[in-house]
Amino acid sequence: MSAHSAHGGHDSATTVPHEPVFVGETRERLERLFALYPTKQACLLPALWIVQELRGWISEPAIGEVAEALELTPAYVKGVVTFYTMYHTHPVGRHFIQVCTTTPCNICGAEDVVKALLAATGCGELGATSPDGRFTIIEVECLGACGFATPILVDDDFIENVAPDKVPGILQRYP
Amino acid sequence: MGYPHPSHPKETVVLSRYFGDPEARSYDGWVKRGGYEALRKALGMSREAIVDEVKASGLRGRGGAGFPTGLKWSFMPKAVVKPHYLLCNADESEPGTFKDREIMRWTPHALLEGCAIAAYAIGAERCYIYIRGEFTEPWAVMAAAVEEAYARGALGANALGSGKRVDVVLHRGAGAYICGEETAMMNSLEGKRGNPRIKPPFPAVAGLFGMPTTINNVETLAAVPHILNRGAAWYKALCLGNPKSTGTKLISICGHIQRPGNYEVTMGTPVKEILYDMAGGPPPGRTVKAIIPGGSSVPIMTREEAEAALFDYEGIVEQGSMLGSAGMIVMDDTTDMVYQIWRLARFYAHESCAQCTQCREGTAWTTRVLARILAGQGKQEDYQLLLDLAENMTGKTICVLSDSCAAPVVSGIQKFRSEFEAYIAGAREPALAAV
Repeated sequence: MSAHSAHGGHDSATTVPHEPVFVGETRERLERLFALYPTKQACLLPALWIVQELRGWISEPAIGEVAEALELTPAYVKGVVTFYTMYHTHPVGRHFIQVCTTTPCNICGAEDVVKALLAATGCGELGATSPDGRFTIIEVECLGACGFATPILVDDDFIENVAPDKVPGILQRYP
Repeated sequence: MGYPHPSHPKETVVLSRYFGDPEARSYDGWVKRGGYEALRKALGMSREAIVDEVKASGLRGRGGAGFPTGLKWSFMPKAVVKPHYLLCNADESEPGTFKDREIMRWTPHALLEGCAIAAYAIGAERCYIYIRGEFTEPWAVMAAAVEEAYARGALGANALGSGKRVDVVLHRGAGAYICGEETAMMNSLEGKRGNPRIKPPFPAVAGLFGMPTTINNVETLAAVPHILNRGAAWYKALCLGNPKSTGTKLISICGHIQRPGNYEVTMGTPVKEILYDMAGGPPPGRTVKAIIPGGSSVPIMTREEAEAALFDYEGIVEQGSMLGSAGMIVMDDTTDMVYQIWRLARFYAHESCAQCTQCREGTAWTTRVLARILAGQGKQEDYQLLLDLAENMTGKTICVLSDSCAAPVVSGIQKFRSEFEAYIAGAREPALAAV
């Protein structure tokens, strides 16, 4: 790690040492991205997506690694990570559920869908992970599928027209 | 067509013709439906001739602002002495709007073809399509289409055998409404936080990576191949009396409506026909109370205003609102307007990038005052407080996010004051816990 690495070997959320992400094929994948943009910095969002895809969340050491790969500082990368709602800065459940509750879905019963999800998963509250580690649920702003209220995203699966009575059947598909 | 419903006879189906037809997603399927003929034609034309054709069609930006597309293209420097870029705004995040999603899911090559034509016309060495992170399915469909278009030679170093280079790259957002604002989108693509930029400089002078850039919405670009195939005169004639608003427009209808979906109409169609004939009106036994006609950022209309309006840029303005992105949110007589206006304010407070004081403080403060009213702790002075805040949030910031928060609050107080009054007077049960 370079002099401007932020993590200093400390990673509060896990005791497992950080395994570098951008090695071998993943490094090549990043380098292919470099060819698509005039600056390395423009690869920041794509690089963070790669980290999340492979590790499930974006840890401090991973931030340091991305910073080094793109010739940025860790503080800068962290500032960008925290601007966007889809990057996880801590571990989440095996399945991550995002429920739209913005006005168009709200008037069609989205808050009842949230309640049904919280009850059926045992998550208890928004943002918390269920005791079995299976689910984390968050409320999100407009998912852009307002005519199909209520849409939810389970991991990368976009599911439309969710109503409270459909919740148990949907959850069954995600062991 | 009224996807996911069958086409209605009062629709004018151009962009949405193949919604729901999985075969149209493939390169061969698209070519069989006449696809890539417009690009072939364009690559044989001069750049100026394409810009002139689009100018003559009267096409205006479909993302919300309604700026004339050909005129926007003409702002790009004629000589290409440094890289030019085209940025396609596929960050569709405006509550009530879900049209670009269907264009990308069903007709990805229509968008690629439009992007390729526009990129060539403005001398762009590359087109980036910025797709919001939550659009997992549109992303997968678009990624497959880009790969196929390169493999088949429609894109790349020798596009359709023309000897001209056209490149398209997909870029994924990561969850931020503000990145739909064009200057925030450029910052986001450059690997920065999505803070809007001060204009000038305008993007055509110094945009993406500091280079001349044009930003167009998905629906705008998808209309371009049709204009080149069938001519500007054909497109211009698609209007019902108002020559300033031409062509067809996709309308996303949602909320309390029997057949929610995307309807495509000729500009100038009466809102009443869209609402009742096409979309089936509100659920049985209910009546429409309010409509937000252009995505959540425009003033709320009463039923009477909406029913009197013609659906085009000028027609909606005449009845006190704006066409915006044409995401129509229908609210029936069961809707608690104060609660929904609070929910909208909360949306804007959540999505503020917090650069400008008026927005950062104003959206959060507005949300707190509305929550207080809903908790039964409102005061008579709160009306004036909300209106004062709204005034300070309008026209005073780098972008229009705070204006968008103010619009439903001001129009809500003007048009549905009795509902606020009921909470303030204690005549209605509190909807939120006391704060």
